[in-house]
Amino acid sequence: MSTTAPAPPRATPERLARARRGTGRRFGWTLLVGAVAVFVVIPVAEVTAGVLTPTPDLWARLWSTVLPGMLGDTLALMFGVTVGTLVLGAGLAWLVTVHSFPGSRIFRWLLVLPLAMPAYVLGFVFLAIFDAPGPIQTGLRAMFGQDVWFPDVRSLPAAALVLSLALYPYVYLLVRSALLEQAPATFDAARTLGASRTRAAVRVVLPLARPSLAAGLALVLMETLTDFATVSYFNVQTVSVGVYQVWKGQFDRAAATELAGLVLLFAVAVIAVERLLRGRARYHQKGGRGRGLATVRLTGAHRWLATGTCVAVLAAAFGLPAAQLLWWAGGDLLTGATNLLDPRYAGYLTNSLIVGAVAAASCAVIGLLVAHSTRMTGGKITTIAAHATTVGYAIPGVVVAIGVLIAFAHLDTALEALGVPGGTGLLVTGSVIGIMYAYIVRFLALSYHSIDASFTKVSPAMTASALSLGASPARVLGRVHLPLVRTGVVTALVLVTIDALKELPIVLLLRPFGFDTLSVWTYQLASENRWESAALPALTIVAVALVPVVLLIGKDRLEGAR
Amino acid sequence: MNALELDGVRKDYGSVPAVAALDLRLDEGEVLALVGPSGCGKSTLLRLIAGLEEPDAGTVQIGGRTVAGGGVWYPPERRDVGIVFQDHALFPHLTVAANVAFGLTELSGAERKSRVTEALAMISMERLAERYPHELSGGEQQRVALTRALAPRPELLLLDEPFSNLDRHLRAQIRADTMDLLRKTGTAAVFVTHDQAEALAIGDRVAVMRAGRIEQLGAPEPVFHTPANRFVATFMGDADFLPAELTGDTLVTEAGSVRAPDDVVGRADALEVMVRPHEVVLRPADNGTAGTARVVDTEFQGGFILHTITLESGRRLRSLQPHTTHYPIGTRLHAELSYGHPPAVLPDHDAIATNGHPAARW
Repeated sequence: MSTTAPAPPRATPERLARARRGTGRRFGWTLLVGAVAVFVVIPVAEVTAGVLTPTPDLWARLWSTVLPGMLGDTLALMFGVTVGTLVLGAGLAWLVTVHSFPGSRIFRWLLVLPLAMPAYVLGFVFLAIFDAPGPIQTGLRAMFGQDVWFPDVRSLPAAALVLSLALYPYVYLLVRSALLEQAPATFDAARTLGASRTRAAVRVVLPLARPSLAAGLALVLMETLTDFATVSYFNVQTVSVGVYQVWKGQFDRAAATELAGLVLLFAVAVIAVERLLRGRARYHQKGGRGRGLATVRLTGAHRWLATGTCVAVLAAAFGLPAAQLLWWAGGDLLTGATNLLDPRYAGYLTNSLIVGAVAAASCAVIGLLVAHSTRMTGGKITTIAAHATTVGYAIPGVVVAIGVLIAFAHLDTALEALGVPGGTGLLVTGSVIGIMYAYIVRFLALSYHSIDASFTKVSPAMTASALSLGASPARVLGRVHLPLVRTGVVTALVLVTIDALKELPIVLLLRPFGFDTLSVWTYQLASENRWESAALPALTIVAVALVPVVLLIGKDRLEGAR
Repeated sequence: MNALELDGVRKDYGSVPAVAALDLRLDEGEVLALVGPSGCGKSTLLRLIAGLEEPDAGTVQIGGRTVAGGGVWYPPERRDVGIVFQDHALFPHLTVAANVAFGLTELSGAERKSRVTEALAMISMERLAERYPHELSGGEQQRVALTRALAPRPELLLLDEPFSNLDRHLRAQIRADTMDLLRKTGTAAVFVTHDQAEALAIGDRVAVMRAGRIEQLGAPEPVFHTPANRFVATFMGDADFLPAELTGDTLVTEAGSVRAPDDVVGRADALEVMVRPHEVVLRPADNGTAGTARVVDTEFQGGFILHTITLESGRRLRSLQPHTTHYPIGTRLHAELSYGHPPAVLPDHDAIATNGHPAARW
């Protein structure tokens, strides 16, 4: 404080310049979020409107033909997958989190690996092994003769089993984190009140984990609802399969819309039930949050039974299928039949990567702008609109895809009415724009939540300081927010790229003629029972999908190390 | 021209008025300490001035320019107001120099550089220009935050409890440095705190806020010595109250008589005087005369000993005595008021309460 400051000038040019810039209340930023919300909601609204328009004839026709079977299959599959993922996910989470047995520490994170194995890959490997021409049944016939009995592999229970093996990690992850966060005090209190370990688990731990369980199951059921590739291998006729067949087989948009509406109804029901299960009870816990429950050391046969269970599930859901894929791909490589050198491989991989990268970049930019806007305006409208932009993640992919189709059809009609012959032309059916649109709707929530999580680390005082120092909202974004949330942006880019690369239903429904991606190619080869050829693209997808899983495991292990 | 002028500014959160029809004027270069209990609306008021909240009614003028109200709205980046937060809010990804330069976009490169150097020199931190915020101590961070806010030479500086994150022994020094810098730059400032001692020490004027209203506004001495009501009296320091009878120009209380201030003479309502512990003199009972007061509690406070005494009526008073004077509990003595300034005279609180008036009016 030694230097003497010059007398402060009262009307500096900079001050006058600042004063002249006029007024504004950030309507622009609110408008931006509103526009994104409308953009995202349009496909869902289109399907909803389609369903609400009464079409009794169509429904009568559907009802007298395919509909009863579809409803039955959908409900049965949802039930089967619920039971399967509940047993596998919650059971394994309980087993590895509060027990110690040989390998329990490793299984804690290994059990997440099946996340990298898409159901449509697991499904065809399962079929290849267990179907009539597969090694198991061939071997049985060699031993016991041609008439040996084997359960029907292309059946609903088998589809439910495959989906459960592929999807249980959602339940596993959420229940496990709920158990880890559970205050030991609650469990201990139950024990001191005279409850046995089992009773304490059932009466206290389980109810406290219920919201996580419900959230995990909701995720699983969304995936089940949207999947038609896997179930179609197994000749299961769900409503989603119906949407695909009606649209791609008969180009019957009206029927496809109604059926997509039905899928949406199922999704809404799932969310409603999840909310209901969450209930009125409050699950905030006090005391020792994050220390988790004390682990129990298993002894005798129990410990090996526990280890055996984990090994069996991991082998079935990831190890064996991955090994089989490697075997096929490797065998092809040795015999020279490999499609590694097939120009289609490089071409489809490029297609997948480009579509994934563009979707990821769009989602990251939009997610960043939405998160920044909510910071800039903080108004109620912006908050609601920002919430609406994430609706796509709770909407099955088939619904989004059909919604995009209808939206563009309406745009065509409108353009033709305005005197543009042909409207948008082949904009949707002839290009990947439809796929991009559907991807953004579907994956924006993923991106927004990653970025928003980073934003929570930027204190409101930081934003306020930047503004008070005269920075415009755009400059605050570029100079303060973006540098501080860049981890969230990178996470969003990685997650969306990979999810888009794995994605199958949306591409299958919306791809222009002749446009293939790795996932589509895998599906087509598998549908033709060309397992060996499907192995390489499938392996590529699994390898890429491993990236976020490994990142997740790394994070989990860091936190688990405490 | 006023540095700040608020007219009828109101802000409701739901049905709760956070700031209720508030008027305030700040001269150029004046430092106002805004003090009040948590939830009194002082931080909301700061946010309204900064443009981080929009008032529901009223106008805000900064440097003679209307920035809110009457259809006008300037967002924070166009208000010419600097702000220093409790957590400093330095940009963690920018160096000290870049933090200070952040608000100087309208200067040319060379000018900006010299302004940053000059600003850092004022807080003797030239050496730390290339450091990142996390490499600084709490006190250094606070000084950088202050310098960053002052560098664009704002019309008005707002400080939101800027010292409460600092260690106690650092606080006085940093506070003095901050005041020094504000005086040197001649910047008007509104300084929010919940610490009454800090408010008295720092402000040219002190505004005591409660429930969205300013209960009293004035220089520190009158706010402390002659509070407008019981709330201000007790919030700004320890205070006891004694009923007082007005006889001519003298106020007669249980603990002696004092001269009534001129504006009180002639009042007919029941009155009481405020007594702060340092204004109560204790005298040992003389031989033969029993004291009218009795010590009921003593508290050692380091340099002082706080005596709690009861008077004949049973009313309690507190008296601050140097640490060399310690009357044991039970000691009988005389207590006398010794103001050294006109006493604070308030309407008798108990009398109002028993007359059926809302006690909250004080």
